[in-house]
Amino acid sequence: MNKRYLAGAALVVATAFALTACAGTAGSGSTGSTKTLTLAEAQAATSASDFGGMAGLVAAATKEGHLNVITLPPSWANYGQIIAGFEKKYPGIKINSENPDGSSADEVAAAKSQKGQSTAPDVFDIGTAVMDQNLDLLAPYKVASWGDIPADFKDADGTWYYDYTGLMSVGYDSKKFPNGVKKLDDLLGSDFKNAVAIKGDPTQANEALSAVTMAALQSGGSVDNIQPGIDFFQKLKQAGNFLGTLPKQATVASGETPVVIQWSFNNVGWGPAAGSAGNPNWKTVVLPGTGFGSYYNQAINKDAPNPAAARLWEEYLYTPAVQNLYLAAGAYPAQLAAMKKNGTVDKSVLAKVGDAPSDFVQLDADQAAKASTLLTAKWAAAIG
Amino acid sequence: MTSLSQNRGAGVTPRRRGARVGIGWIGVVPFGVYALLFLGIPAVLAVASGFFTEKGAFTLANFDTFADPTTQKDIIGSIGLSAVTAIAGAIAGALICYALLSMRSDGLVRTVVDAASSVFAQFGGVMLAFAFIATMGNTGLLGVVINGIFGDNAYTSPLYTVPGLVPVYLFFQIPLMVLTFMPAMEALKPAWGEAVATLGGTRRTYWWRVGIPVLAPAFLGCAILLFANSFSSFATAAALISQGGLISLDIYRASTSETVIGHANEAGSLALAMVLVMIVLMTAYGTLQRRAAKWGNR
Repeated sequence: MNKRYLAGAALVVATAFALTACAGTAGSGSTGSTKTLTLAEAQAATSASDFGGMAGLVAAATKEGHLNVITLPPSWANYGQIIAGFEKKYPGIKINSENPDGSSADEVAAAKSQKGQSTAPDVFDIGTAVMDQNLDLLAPYKVASWGDIPADFKDADGTWYYDYTGLMSVGYDSKKFPNGVKKLDDLLGSDFKNAVAIKGDPTQANEALSAVTMAALQSGGSVDNIQPGIDFFQKLKQAGNFLGTLPKQATVASGETPVVIQWSFNNVGWGPAAGSAGNPNWKTVVLPGTGFGSYYNQAINKDAPNPAAARLWEEYLYTPAVQNLYLAAGAYPAQLAAMKKNGTVDKSVLAKVGDAPSDFVQLDADQAAKASTLLTAKWAAAIG
Repeated sequence: MTSLSQNRGAGVTPRRRGARVGIGWIGVVPFGVYALLFLGIPAVLAVASGFFTEKGAFTLANFDTFADPTTQKDIIGSIGLSAVTAIAGAIAGALICYALLSMRSDGLVRTVVDAASSVFAQFGGVMLAFAFIATMGNTGLLGVVINGIFGDNAYTSPLYTVPGLVPVYLFFQIPLMVLTFMPAMEALKPAWGEAVATLGGTRRTYWWRVGIPVLAPAFLGCAILLFANSFSSFATAAALISQGGLISLDIYRASTSETVIGHANEAGSLALAMVLVMIVLMTAYGTLQRRAAKWGNR
């Protein structure tokens, strides 16, 4: 009995030491060759020059030793490689990837509930609708290549900036459907029984709402009126073709979800590009007509426990190497236009993925609000 | 059976017991603190959030969600699923216990069933969902066999609907029943059966007059545990069903939505509804048990 208590006490002490050690690396910073900032100063830094330039930023970030990212699935827009690349480039900084399958709302919830703790997220990759409600959580920062991000892709003060967009696409198993998918109404055919899945409930997940919006654009609707999209899914359900389960990389690999309407970078990421974890017969089609996209945003938590590492992460994401990694996954990066102009775009990757159509649309804040109100009223009944 | 032994011990002077309680409570403190930190406080915070807007002002607007037919349907769906899997799981589990009773308690079968039950009762979440997709999914084993016999597309997997969760949930409900109900079954004394036989009763008399009345409180208690287990399940359902249909999925949707902004605190009012269902059930159980104890005293 005594022994057990001793072991328990030892464990508590060890944990306490480990925790204080973490806190120490997260907050301190009294020595160093370059410009040394306090935690509060680093959290207020708006560019690398506040750290005395890139070298100073790297030194400060390395001293922190950690970076907390959140809701970045490894198969999403190449984040697996992007995270590994950061750790390779900056070996002194360990990335903690929290809740990879969570939603944008989970990011905000984590930032609020873990505020002031060493586990709070440092950076966000966040959808616009959720971000607009939580701008007070964000710290302005401008990366070195700020000028390469188009003006309408960023907040003038640097509070947020677009990182990449996918296009809504249809992914399908070409072994099961050798004729492919040429238009959306093909999916209503009898060979697609129990086949078509979307990424969740559109009243919860932005990617599912985007699937409905894309269906609306393909069926005579518009970003102002997504009712035709709801009608399409109702027809799909009545035909017995709608599959009410949540597609994952594993269900695509096993064939359980043979058609998935989702972002192009996810369809590409779950196909042959994933190697043995992917489905070698998986094809990705962006249907002709007006495309539908939705830029995600990068932003820094104003209470980031590792403020320098957070800023270094943003610098890293907006380097041509990482922008090309997004592109390789089928996610069109924010600096694509500038990179095409100055020649830093990886031309073989661009040729393989195909250029982004110039006429794709996204929902603005009012249209998104209107769409979600309509879905709240109509969706459950349409597919129930 | 606990009530019987307590009755027998009722002659012991209560004062001594009282003295023991004096320091005895220290032993309960760690559990009490644990329950308060990880159950009590989060539950109060979650439910309380249902009474506030996201900006922190008091409101009852979050309860408007109960006027929504989708919410109403999902509450009924959750209660229905939990009741069906609790009753079916309790009956099946009790029958297994009954069968095991005739075996040696240290024999191979008992040991294997005990061990397997401990494992399967904890088997849940995404792993369980994928196990069932592999067997009962559209491209699973069952689908391949049925499509092979009746032609392509003959099989539509029931897994992705609320009723389709019944076999999935029974996979952990039955072993949980075996685990929790077996001690009660074991407490049945062979002497009681012999006494009934000596007095001229049949096997049926024994079960009707002795076995079932003695076991009833434990059986109902276990069934309520099963109900709560299934009522609060989330991960398995979320992995299989993408379009809602259960109150636990509604709580997830409300609290994490990226598209319908500003309704996160409805999760709190939905949680309150879940707590109320459990309070009604526990009260009914408590009343039943007091009744049963009264019969026991006669």
